[in-house]
Amino acid sequence: MDAQKSLFPSAFEVETPKGAEGWQELYPYYTHFLPARRAQDDATFWFCNSQHWPTPFRPFDTIMLDFAIKGLGQYNTRHLLVPPANGVDYRILNGYVYFSPVAVAPENIEGRIPHFLERAGHYYQNWGDLYANWKEKVLGKIRELEALNFEELPETVPVEWVHGGVGLDNTNQLFDQYDKAIELAYKVWQYHFEFLNLGYAAYLDFFGFVKEAFPSIPDQAIAKMVQGVDSELFRPDDEIKKLAKLAVELGLTEALKSGSVDEALAAVAKQPGGDTWIAQWEGAKDPWFNFTSGNGFYSTDKYWIDHLDIPFGYLRDYIERVQAGEEIMRPTAKLLAERDRITAEYRDMMDDEAQAIFDGKLGLARTVFPYVEDHNFYIEHWALGVFWRKMRQLSQLLQSQGFWENEDDMFFLNRNEVRDVLWDYSAGWAIGVPYRGTAVWPGEIARRRKIYEALAAQSPLPALNNPPEVITEPFTIMLWGITSDAIDRWVNASDDDDALKGMAGSPGVVEGVARVLRSPDQLGELQKGEILVTPVTAPSWAPVFGKIGAAVTDIGGMMSHAAIVCREYGLPAVTGTGNASSRIKTGMRLRVDGNAGTVTILD
Amino acid sequence: MSTDGKYTLDFGSIGRDDHARVGGKCSSLGEMTQAGVAVPPGFAVTTDAYVAMVDHHGLAVEIERHLSGVDPDSIDSVDRAAQAIRIRFRSHKLPPEVEAAIRTAYAAMGDDMPVAVRSSATAEDLPDASFAGQQDTYLWVRGADDVVEKVRDCWASLFTTRAVAYREKNKIPHADVHMSVGVQKMVNAKAAGVAMTLDPVTGDRTRIVIDASWGLGEMVVSGVVTPDNFTVEKVLMEILDRKISDKHVELVGDAALGEAVEREVEEPRRKVSCLSDTEVIAVATLAKRLEKQNKCPQDVEWAIDADLPEGENLLALQSRPETIWSQKKKEVKPAHAYATGMMGIVHTLNNPFGAKKA
Repeated sequence: MDAQKSLFPSAFEVETPKGAEGWQELYPYYTHFLPARRAQDDATFWFCNSQHWPTPFRPFDTIMLDFAIKGLGQYNTRHLLVPPANGVDYRILNGYVYFSPVAVAPENIEGRIPHFLERAGHYYQNWGDLYANWKEKVLGKIRELEALNFEELPETVPVEWVHGGVGLDNTNQLFDQYDKAIELAYKVWQYHFEFLNLGYAAYLDFFGFVKEAFPSIPDQAIAKMVQGVDSELFRPDDEIKKLAKLAVELGLTEALKSGSVDEALAAVAKQPGGDTWIAQWEGAKDPWFNFTSGNGFYSTDKYWIDHLDIPFGYLRDYIERVQAGEEIMRPTAKLLAERDRITAEYRDMMDDEAQAIFDGKLGLARTVFPYVEDHNFYIEHWALGVFWRKMRQLSQLLQSQGFWENEDDMFFLNRNEVRDVLWDYSAGWAIGVPYRGTAVWPGEIARRRKIYEALAAQSPLPALNNPPEVITEPFTIMLWGITSDAIDRWVNASDDDDALKGMAGSPGVVEGVARVLRSPDQLGELQKGEILVTPVTAPSWAPVFGKIGAAVTDIGGMMSHAAIVCREYGLPAVTGTGNASSRIKTGMRLRVDGNAGTVTILD
Repeated sequence: MSTDGKYTLDFGSIGRDDHARVGGKCSSLGEMTQAGVAVPPGFAVTTDAYVAMVDHHGLAVEIERHLSGVDPDSIDSVDRAAQAIRIRFRSHKLPPEVEAAIRTAYAAMGDDMPVAVRSSATAEDLPDASFAGQQDTYLWVRGADDVVEKVRDCWASLFTTRAVAYREKNKIPHADVHMSVGVQKMVNAKAAGVAMTLDPVTGDRTRIVIDASWGLGEMVVSGVVTPDNFTVEKVLMEILDRKISDKHVELVGDAALGEAVEREVEEPRRKVSCLSDTEVIAVATLAKRLEKQNKCPQDVEWAIDADLPEGENLLALQSRPETIWSQKKKEVKPAHAYATGMMGIVHTLNNPFGAKKA
């Protein structure tokens, strides 16, 4: 091996955190940096995708990584033949995931163009119909997921089955349901990517054109021209706001103010007008509370519909704000007018020829953009929310059979081990003996939990090995904000510098006190006017954007959730700082400059 | 109306047909006034007044006589003639009806109101007549006698050596060139400067670039101080860049002396921004409004009046079309034609923007 020093360390020289020895066994072999392939893996640049996987994951949660990455790859490589880009290769190191976009060899790019024109062209030309069909397909899968049911094996096979000569037992259904769950997750992940990169490509095309015309135009201005105001991702938050206003109108605020969710709902039900409010609450819950406070990729994600205290907390905040005379609804008409103004003003600065091209590219970007925003609700929030709920149901069933102690312990097994447990359960039930797993899993889960905790205690490295001269992979740039400039920033980031550089995600300058959050469970700690500093935000954090002063994230580009939501709320945002959440401590005074993309620690 | 409409014309009543007789500067002040832009009040002394002056004293003949033997290629010769003409202008009283009109209009502005008296060039004049110092500007003029005198001085400035040489060279009859003068309430500028609705360095039309310094804007225009410099994004109206300079002198009105005086800026103010962020955005908004009104990039002179309440204290002093980049416009087309439709997407994927190093 060439001993020449690389900019970032080799995966093979990164030490295992103390107490995490043997972590490799938690994840499948194909995610490992394999010593036998060291030459290839060391010659590749890997960046940590802490935007989607900010914390290490439990063995079962590898399912989302596998399915997502495979889905992303298949569309670039096999469906659409995106000329310069295949998929994104991935590895796990110390519980964090590292990505490496796979470029198409330059000599093969030309040959893929005609295929791309035909295949992608078909999607662009039939976007409306195909997207409508997509929604139908996804809703169908959600209904199938909802129908899944894991039942305890009965004492005896039903006598009717004997009379009917069925000849099979209840274990078949158990296997079917589990296999079906995995298959449905796999399918929704493929749907997830069906339109996504096409959406990004159209957006990038418009972006590049405008940048060419106005080299110094802020990225956020381009985003503002494209972004809609009625994304379904805003609906959950909007629904809570409507409920808050209705509660004030109907005079139900006292009843809602205190006690648990159940107690408050019971109190409301007794009030005049309570029925009206509860009907609206129930209507909002499904589907809009299928909304995770994370990103859907973890078994630990908390979905509103399973944790009604989360939306209820937001509801109480909103009620107070309504009572204080605040207008909480998003000013959509104003936002649209602003979008039109911005678009018209830039357009006016172009000559006639450029205006015609501008119109064409903007038109396409606006056509595709709703998908880019809304798919997230249908897949990550809704479909995966149902998936995780069903998996928790299975975990509880197996817990009740003595396989493990805690109701979510199943997620310390990988998806294939779970199927082994189902076999153990089925065979033991059939033979009439105790399940062997009850002697294996509690101890093994405890060991794995310790390893997992040791991994989680350590932050990931931003990247491995040497970056290429320039980053050219279009989706890496768009989605993760990994540009050549960003890598320069990581390399040059010095801990004694008081200024952090990131991307100018949303305009404005604000000074305030930092609140560093590492998990959505800490959202309640946020005080009004504080600056939110976090590795990454999720759409379901929307209600807290009403009270923060600005947002700073470690990773994310101009289309990251934090940037989108901050633009909507008119708050400054700096994204993709690399390490703000570890450099900044709660209580520090910060100046966030969303125009320049800088964060300065003032004391 | 305290202006008579013939020799003097209030900024508020300058019509489209009057442009030829009030010159570029007063036309622009008139348009701004009528569009509701805050402009210091004042009036134009029209070219009719100038013509009356020339006719009353038979100055046309004298001008002709002085210039008849001039060799346009000899600076000395032009200089001598130009100087003689200027002296002739200054040695005559204004025609009584012209002087009365100016005195009436001035009196209506208030008692001994300090004013700025500036020449306002007409179209036939030098194309770059706004060249710094080319035409006269008198600041902090007070009292009707002084105003009348400065109007006459402005007229005389039509015969600077450079202006005369230019007309001689380009065969422009001197008798065809007239001069209007603007008399405008003096601004008690806390800070002032210029704003351009494009980046003068790159021609970038998405930016507004502001130079600002303490006191009256003449210090910025003449380059005596290095001004604070602000860059504002024109559409989002966000301040992109601030460069704060050491502003060591300022030009301020001295009521006792009755003139604008240059004085040292005391230490604590020198290196702090002379504009708040709110003021920067207000200046940018004003410049953007004037660009929209005039339908082309503008070069705007503005001032913040220390005597007016906040929010109403930003005044436009002048707005004129930016000339350098507007003439170059044709050359700054994109380097290559941009692919459209599906080929545009292919081009973008193969050459994504972020791939280029900033």
